Amino acid sequence: MAAFDEMKGLNGHVRPGYRQLSEWLATVPRALLDDRRREAEFLFRRIGITFAVYGNAESTERLIPFDIVPRILANAEWAALSKGLEQRIRALNLYIQDVYSKREAMRAGIVPEELVFQNPVFRPEMNGQRVPHDIWVHIAGIDVVRIDPETFYVLEDNARTPSGVSYMLENREIMIRLFPELFATHRVAPVEKYPDELLATLKSVAPSTAPADPTCVLLTPGLFNSAYYEHSFLADKLGIELVEGRDLFVEGSVVYMRTTEGPKRVDVIYRRVDDDFIDPLVFRPDSALGVPGLMGAYQAGNVTLANAVGTGVADDKAVYSYMPEIIRFFLGEEPILKNVPTWRCREPDALAYVLDHLDDLVVKETHGSGGYGMLIGPKACKDEIESFRAKLKHDPSNFIAQPTLALSTAPCLVEDGIASRHVDLRPYVLQGKNGVRIVPGGLTRVALQAGSLVVNSSQGGGTKDTWVLGA
Amino acid sequence: MLSRTADNLYWLARYVERAEFIARTLEVAQRMASLPSSYGGSSNEWESALAATGCAAAFHKHYRDATERTVTEFLAFSPDNPFSIVNCLEIARSNARAVRTALTVEMWEAVNDIWLALKKLDRRRLDRDEVNRFLDKVKEASLLFDGSASRTMLRRDSYWFERLGHYIERADNTARILDVKYHLLLPEESHIGGALDYYQWTSVLRAVSALTSFHWVYRESVKPWLVADFLILNEQMPRSLASCYENITRYLDLLAQQYGRQGPAQRHARSVRSRLQNVRMEAIFSGGLHEFIAGFIADNHKLGAEVAEQYLV
Repeated sequence: MAAFDEMKGLNGHVRPGYRQLSEWLATVPRALLDDRRREAEFLFRRIGITFAVYGNAESTERLIPFDIVPRILANAEWAALSKGLEQRIRALNLYIQDVYSKREAMRAGIVPEELVFQNPVFRPEMNGQRVPHDIWVHIAGIDVVRIDPETFYVLEDNARTPSGVSYMLENREIMIRLFPELFATHRVAPVEKYPDELLATLKSVAPSTAPADPTCVLLTPGLFNSAYYEHSFLADKLGIELVEGRDLFVEGSVVYMRTTEGPKRVDVIYRRVDDDFIDPLVFRPDSALGVPGLMGAYQAGNVTLANAVGTGVADDKAVYSYMPEIIRFFLGEEPILKNVPTWRCREPDALAYVLDHLDDLVVKETHGSGGYGMLIGPKACKDEIESFRAKLKHDPSNFIAQPTLALSTAPCLVEDGIASRHVDLRPYVLQGKNGVRIVPGGLTRVALQAGSLVVNSSQGGGTKDTWVLGA
Repeated sequence: MLSRTADNLYWLARYVERAEFIARTLEVAQRMASLPSSYGGSSNEWESALAATGCAAAFHKHYRDATERTVTEFLAFSPDNPFSIVNCLEIARSNARAVRTALTVEMWEAVNDIWLALKKLDRRRLDRDEVNRFLDKVKEASLLFDGSASRTMLRRDSYWFERLGHYIERADNTARILDVKYHLLLPEESHIGGALDYYQWTSVLRAVSALTSFHWVYRESVKPWLVADFLILNEQMPRSLASCYENITRYLDLLAQQYGRQGPAQRHARSVRSRLQNVRMEAIFSGGLHEFIAGFIADNHKLGAEVAEQYLV
């Protein structure tokens, strides 16, 4: 399967935007690239940009492999992509709003009822609930892949607590340090505004009763969370407090944080704690991560949670397959970004097809993430396929299947020099009161194993900087 | 700032300070125990080390006899002792980790390095040399931490809380060592102290690293009366109760200025300080040295509670 290459297209001709980089790659001494790579690794380690458990004693602090060859998107490509992303987040918001209010999409037969009501991430507590400015998804990480010059597919809509944006920012920081000469010859659109944009977005969605300069905080599960680095990084960049559940308390349906100057009212919480853990009085009583009474304050309209509670109903892989219909229904527009064709195994015909073609398809759990709980048919051995077949038959509605896509590739520095590896892209889309903001770029993840399609960091994938060239 | 952040900084400083104090106490006990008994050396140096660190009761739950081996093990390494050096450093590091971004790199490294060194130590077979090297490292780490904080932290609330932790802990430590040795420091006419000699008094000074400076200040041989004066009332002596309270009131005032509000902690600290400024040694002795120190320890403890109540919860 010859994949489309971001630099060389399908026919080996260097594509617009990549001309200078390609010339540079052809002439730059290998030793210099190796030096820069070592230096990058050193910087990542020194700054402490680590993934996975920061915690326990001798601890396994892992670095996500970083590839120093940037991935480039021409201005026009980005313009088209970002229009599609904007459309996507608008539709997601209208859909979730509808799920918890009028349910027109269900009544019109666009989305089957049981998909919503039997979904464990559906939150009945949010029924009939208005959220400030009717915005549910404030921060979305929309994963896209590309198969040819024109076609981006959305792979997944992450509408709960998408992570990785710290890598987008740190990757850029490190590239600027390592390759100032490349930045001098390219007009790379800056991503550095992301923290400002995020803060502006958070402030814009404060409850209407909040003061003109509302107090925003970032709620983390704490030190032992695998994304703790990102949480503290963002809180620092935004200049807001990084709080844990025990730093907050609720009194008279108002949320306060405990400060050295006494209780301080909190208006907006960018929470990186899942629904299940935010309020032990409403959700899991055994959790100490959350804040007792937070849901009450939220329902009373005294605090904004970003993202809202219950947005999981839009980021599961079964709902994903309905997104094109959802976009048409709510916006009356054709989807700009395509969905990967998807068989919903809950439908008997689809299930039959999937069971017959397991060795051609990728099968995923509807709630799975991080590359777990999936079958990549063409790469799987007989035993794996058979055991998956059993799982599928046992609980078909828990699975969807998709064709294996020819993900685009991009040049990377590997052992043998510059070689093509499969990539995807996660841009971060912000929805505030005054519209959608997207910084030009995102996190490009790369499957560093030759031929591999799995880009997840938990599966040994790496990242690289993503350059959107200025107009 | 978040109360939790302030609380972590404050306790981080206290535990680093406490680890250093325990290290010093062990060194002095070792030195005293090696002296022939005719020079004042005695086997109960180990008991008094336990008493000075406030660990005697806990110790006797686990051991019968206070010997060099058992006390060193208990005070330096035992996981059963909540205030062993090892536990102090564990707690210090976990506090430091929780507030990484509020610390400067140098402060983090000071705490993390000693913690790493601790992990490498084989605690089961340590001879006296190795123990001493370890105690030296602990003192070094504390100096490094203290120095890094004073050179690298921004002068604002986070720094003031960190300093408060040091000084409240330091005052407590000095008071405790005085309390354990108070019978040595009674006025000369008292017969109780008469039999004990020079080495015992100097041990008190050594414990707080003040023997040389004592000579500079008093230009006299070590006399119990003067030792007490030095460690309680002399503001030039950085570990004296008076000096600790000079600093404590200063940092509490700076906090009050930054926050625009005074509270019980400021008032209480000021009253403790003015008592230390206005009292004379004669009065302390006539009222009972032990009673005075016990009163101070209670007052200092109360200040800790007030700081916590006012800022940290």
